[in-house]
Amino acid sequence: MAAITLIEGVTMALARAMQDDPAVVVLGEDVGVNGGVFRATAGLHERFGDERVIDTPLAEVMIAGMSVGMAAHGMKPVAEAQFCGFSIPMLDHIFCHASRMRNRTRGRLSCPMVLRFPSGGGIHAPELHSESPETLFGHIPGLRVVIPSSPSRAYGLLLAAIRDPDPVIFMEPKRIYRWQKEEVADDGEELPLDVCYTLRDGSDLTLVTWGAMVKETLAAADQLEGEGISVEVIDVATVKPLDMDTIVESVERTGRCVIVQEAPRHCGLAAEIAASLADIGIWNLHAPVKRVCGYDVVMPLYRNEMKYMPSVKRIVDAAQQVLEVS
Amino acid sequence: MARTVAAFKVDYFQFLKPDGTLVHDQQIPALARDLKRLVELYKLMVLTRTFDKKAITLQRTGKIGTYASSLGHEAAHIAVGAAMKDEDCLAPSYREYGAQFYRGVKLTDVLLYWGGDERGNDFEIPRHDFAWCVPIATQCLHAAGAAMAFKLRKETRVAVAIVGDGGSSKGDFLEAINAGSAWKLPLVLVIVNNQWAISVPRSKQNKASTLAQKGIAGGLPSIQVDGNDLIACVWAMEKAVNAARQGKGAFVIEMLTYRLGDHTTADDARRYRPAEEVEQAWDNEPIKRLRAYLINQGAWDDQKEEALNVECKEWVQQAADEYFDIIENDPQPVTAMFDHMFEQLPHDLVEQRALAERYADDGGHH
Repeated sequence: MAAITLIEGVTMALARAMQDDPAVVVLGEDVGVNGGVFRATAGLHERFGDERVIDTPLAEVMIAGMSVGMAAHGMKPVAEAQFCGFSIPMLDHIFCHASRMRNRTRGRLSCPMVLRFPSGGGIHAPELHSESPETLFGHIPGLRVVIPSSPSRAYGLLLAAIRDPDPVIFMEPKRIYRWQKEEVADDGEELPLDVCYTLRDGSDLTLVTWGAMVKETLAAADQLEGEGISVEVIDVATVKPLDMDTIVESVERTGRCVIVQEAPRHCGLAAEIAASLADIGIWNLHAPVKRVCGYDVVMPLYRNEMKYMPSVKRIVDAAQQVLEVS
Repeated sequence: MARTVAAFKVDYFQFLKPDGTLVHDQQIPALARDLKRLVELYKLMVLTRTFDKKAITLQRTGKIGTYASSLGHEAAHIAVGAAMKDEDCLAPSYREYGAQFYRGVKLTDVLLYWGGDERGNDFEIPRHDFAWCVPIATQCLHAAGAAMAFKLRKETRVAVAIVGDGGSSKGDFLEAINAGSAWKLPLVLVIVNNQWAISVPRSKQNKASTLAQKGIAGGLPSIQVDGNDLIACVWAMEKAVNAARQGKGAFVIEMLTYRLGDHTTADDARRYRPAEEVEQAWDNEPIKRLRAYLINQGAWDDQKEEALNVECKEWVQQAADEYFDIIENDPQPVTAMFDHMFEQLPHDLVEQRALAERYADDGGHH
């Protein structure tokens, strides 16, 4: 068993799903011969051929719309948007069709497609390559939204997403595509699409995050741990449906919570989690819930992008504010 | 001198003139002599129009919601249905009832859908056709996707999408042309050009002399036909569907017709459309034209017409009665809004479903 990166986990899951099920096809811009701009589909074209690893014309709406049509007709398309910004024209088909195909036909037709794309900032990319649109998709009834943050979760969650009978948005935190290596067995085992992961146990404070911010959040936890604070870190992993049980259970023990989100703050997932904490468990809180988020600004070009992103220091400071409340 | 590297022409086909006589300068399709089949198609055209009239009445009396009329489009729509096989796939927009009735969709389903009940989209047959598509032109890409699925599985099936002149302005339509061309898909894109995108006339939509030529730009054989001439519409559809079935790729047909009614019952076309134009359009309408031809051929008469009208009214009334029966005696429970969201209800919806059940008796205001 080789140690692989997050993006290699994606590739391994794609290959596994294609091998197991002839209905699975991969389509997108440059996903074929080129193996994708990040190499997520590397080797698949060679192995599965033109008809299953489909290079499309440069037309995102076409990719999304045809995926809807294919999915309604017995295929399991895994569509790639090359970057998060290019998922936006696809929203029309995702919102108007993919998410409601089953409901509006009373189950006569369904839409078992996956839309996967690299999301988030931090790789010095051009404009519209660095956004975190999980809330846009998470707000749409009828979708599942997933963001893995480790190689094994990338593998298991993507397999589950492809096998799921309904549409799944699979966001890949590209900043950590190659951050960590992990031994992952290509055993075809999927992970549940509605469960959070506790990355480390603690008793004084719960840090909740997802995607690439797992990196800074774990670093912040290390730093706080050095100051004698016991920190629990939860990776949300499945934006929708959201596993509030795991978060509530943790906060019931720690009484304090900071939520870290790369996306802009307003109407974000952090707000949803904070509201749910207030709703379900405010009497278990010893301090106000804090959010550490991206600012409500246009994602800056790369010279300033790291100043936009929540830093370890911002997370630690927020944690300390929460811990100061007695 | 520049060298011409590409040139194009768009052929226009009309076999049956507005007065119900055949044109002289063209080879007439065999369908013109198949009076039995023409009578069957004529009957469905009359049924569709009778239904349309009833549906508008039901809307005006508050029995269904907003309804999109198909008045004047009967030849185009029924031709689409008539040229397809059961196993083919139709991706309609939202007024192509004629095509759908031919394929087995029930009149009651149309009333259910516009009457605000999702079960209208749960056709008994054909199970695999797409539902009505309210966003404009997106169905073109769904048809392209279905065609791709057929091609990948080596099934000899064809996907057909119908779009309006308005919809042909959208990227989805052009991207579907591109898809059909790039992968040589078994796909037929039908533009039912009724001259009006709600209030925007064809002349304001773009300056292209035909809409069919958009297909040519994308590398597809594309023709224009008289959309009020049933014989031309069926002939063109059969030509396109057969080519697609034989692996020759995608096809674009522009059918020129006229929207005799309002865009929907929520629209009032008198605000933007001269009455004289509509009056003139009535001279070209498809049912009168085919009736004149059938009478000339000795295949139809006033007595048959009267009997058909009585029969159509009965069928339509039956559909309306069935619709009333369903909404009154078998309404969807509040939980129905949850139960088809996913194959398996996620935990968050389990909770909300229970909440909705608890308040099921609230929100009864209409």
